[in-house]
Amino acid sequence: MGIGGIRSAGALLLLVMLFVSVRPALAIPAFARKYGLPCSACHAAWPMLNNFGQTFKDNGYQLGNGRDAPIYQQPDYWPITFRVTPQWHRESNDRVAVDKIAGNTSSGQVEASVASSGFDTSSIDILTGGTLSNNISFLIQPFINNGSSSLAQTWVRFDNLARTRWLNLKVGKFELDEPISQERNLLLSNIGGSYYNYFFTPPGDRSFAGLGGNQLGAELSGHSENDYTRYSVALINTFPNQTYNAYANFTQSFELPKLGLQRFGAYAYLGQSPTYFQTSGGAPIAGGGLGNRSFYRAGAYGMWYVGKFDFDTFYLHGQDNVFLGNGVPANQPSALPAGAAGPAWNGGFVEAHYTYNPRFILIGKYELIRMSRQANPGIRSDLGNLDNWAVGYRWYPIMNPRAGLAWVQEYSRLLNTGAAPLSGRDDINGSLLMGFDFDF
Amino acid sequence: MRVVAHKTSVTVAFIILFSGLSGYAQESHIGSLVGNAKHGKALYQRYCIFCHGPQGDGNGESAPYLDPKPRDFTKATFKCRSTPSGDLPLDSDLYDTITRGVHASGMPSWRPLLRQERADLVAYIKTFSPRFREEPPVAPIQVPPEPPTSAESVKRGSQVFQSMNCGLCHGKEGRGNGPSAASLTDTRGYPIRPFDLTSGTRLKCGDSDVGIFRDLTTGLDGTPMPSFASALKPDQIWDLVHYIATLRAAAKAADAR
Repeated sequence: MGIGGIRSAGALLLLVMLFVSVRPALAIPAFARKYGLPCSACHAAWPMLNNFGQTFKDNGYQLGNGRDAPIYQQPDYWPITFRVTPQWHRESNDRVAVDKIAGNTSSGQVEASVASSGFDTSSIDILTGGTLSNNISFLIQPFINNGSSSLAQTWVRFDNLARTRWLNLKVGKFELDEPISQERNLLLSNIGGSYYNYFFTPPGDRSFAGLGGNQLGAELSGHSENDYTRYSVALINTFPNQTYNAYANFTQSFELPKLGLQRFGAYAYLGQSPTYFQTSGGAPIAGGGLGNRSFYRAGAYGMWYVGKFDFDTFYLHGQDNVFLGNGVPANQPSALPAGAAGPAWNGGFVEAHYTYNPRFILIGKYELIRMSRQANPGIRSDLGNLDNWAVGYRWYPIMNPRAGLAWVQEYSRLLNTGAAPLSGRDDINGSLLMGFDFDF
Repeated sequence: MRVVAHKTSVTVAFIILFSGLSGYAQESHIGSLVGNAKHGKALYQRYCIFCHGPQGDGNGESAPYLDPKPRDFTKATFKCRSTPSGDLPLDSDLYDTITRGVHASGMPSWRPLLRQERADLVAYIKTFSPRFREEPPVAPIQVPPEPPTSAESVKRGSQVFQSMNCGLCHGKEGRGNGPSAASLTDTRGYPIRPFDLTSGTRLKCGDSDVGIFRDLTTGLDGTPMPSFASALKPDQIWDLVHYIATLRAAAKAADAR
């Protein structure tokens, strides 16, 4: 290495040291404001929870220190948090069907690489939650995106029923007790910011939306005092749907000397989905679903800690009924293609974190999905397969008593096997993001 | 050559001895757990600093908004101990407090942390006061076996409650509303309220009868709650424990209804 190289390396090292220098981790929003705790108490790196934060959440946003009821809060306390992510990002897709001559639809189409970039704002998450009284907790999370708004979550929870932490009942719209929370994903980019396994449906499938979205229903859950053992069972149904789905998750943790807390668990999502609807004048009637057919997603996961490293590992097996898989009404079995079968697939991901300190975390993720059986034997066997990897880091220069701000940089890449619109070749997408993720 | 070797060995021995001693001062010992202050510092900065402050003096950023105020570790004065009044707590006392939390205060239970992490925190907390380096560990008080509760022991306990003037602070009926209650302060001068024994809520230093016996014997250092170790015999303290238990049981029964 020449002198110039050494200087560059030195400057880079200095820059890195400035960024990651250890300082007291002070943070906040709504819950931290209420209890006076730093945000790093609950978050390994915001928004990812550590075990203390998970316990707090599982307790119904209660610390159990006799200060949970609203009566102990300052009268001017406002239990609300805003989260916004102003950012610059670049998205690329190497196989987009474009007209040979721009604007001329009769010129034919070819596949071309298209990339775009620019400044952007994310949606605004408004989150208010806490306790209505001892052992009654709530969360309301309006979501504003490009002028439209919706309720991402809204629920009430009755905690410690029969005076045991093993019985808690939540009703409303909520994030399922997912093995690894989609809502608390550290990655934000269009491509890397989702767990594809949570939302995946095979090509041509008419299955449900996935276990990753917030869903309406009721959840019974419980946990041990230190949260090492926990379970949840949810009954899910969105009005006016006539089918009820069930989700269950069980987690067990144990301590390994010199390594830390290790978690593992299993989950299953079972349900039915209509294959056709009653109609009125040809238009489907809401709630008139018929020909229900079954689907399931099930798997196991682990969260492994080795000092400052931790690894989330996730496995999923999914299978849908043949009618769902082919998008064929169950009252028209003759419409099924010859040799049709219920599609099945396997998927999983590994997400690794290196938490240098509460202010700096490195993230890497690799996720894949592999079809093991197509619904229609005429479909190429690997259509629907995908590979996604993402790398990034989050640096938290501000974690003060009233707000948190993170500088985020990440790059992710997604390969969809056989998904190119014209050639049927592999389709590759890339996403580069840098921006600020802040809440207050 | 021999002189150089001798000097080197002396230096090495000194370094080993010095690092060994300072290392011991930076440790905690809870059963088979050995806490490390260096690891505890990182944990302290993550979990504790906001209330207890960077210097451990109880002046963290949240402190002005908390009641009661966070503990000042530099004074090495701790409420919940198994050692006589005025003495340093055992490492296990600090560990238990971290694990249990302090009810009716800003201090939550840190049981979700690893046992090793809690031991590391104890080791670091001890570094805030030189007393932990200078004073030898003190033996814990002995808790004699608990005699059976009876109507007689409760009655005797009630008499002890009167004769010891517990009602001055805790009130005649133990409701924490005695004539002195409004004017009580802790050793830092902050107002402090006597515990309402009829509330049925958790006690700060543990709910078991043994825990209450220990609190009455050791007192709660830093608060007006004195030690009764010299004023009462062990069986009298047990009587008092049984009487207090009846006050708490009545509240719990009413709460359950």
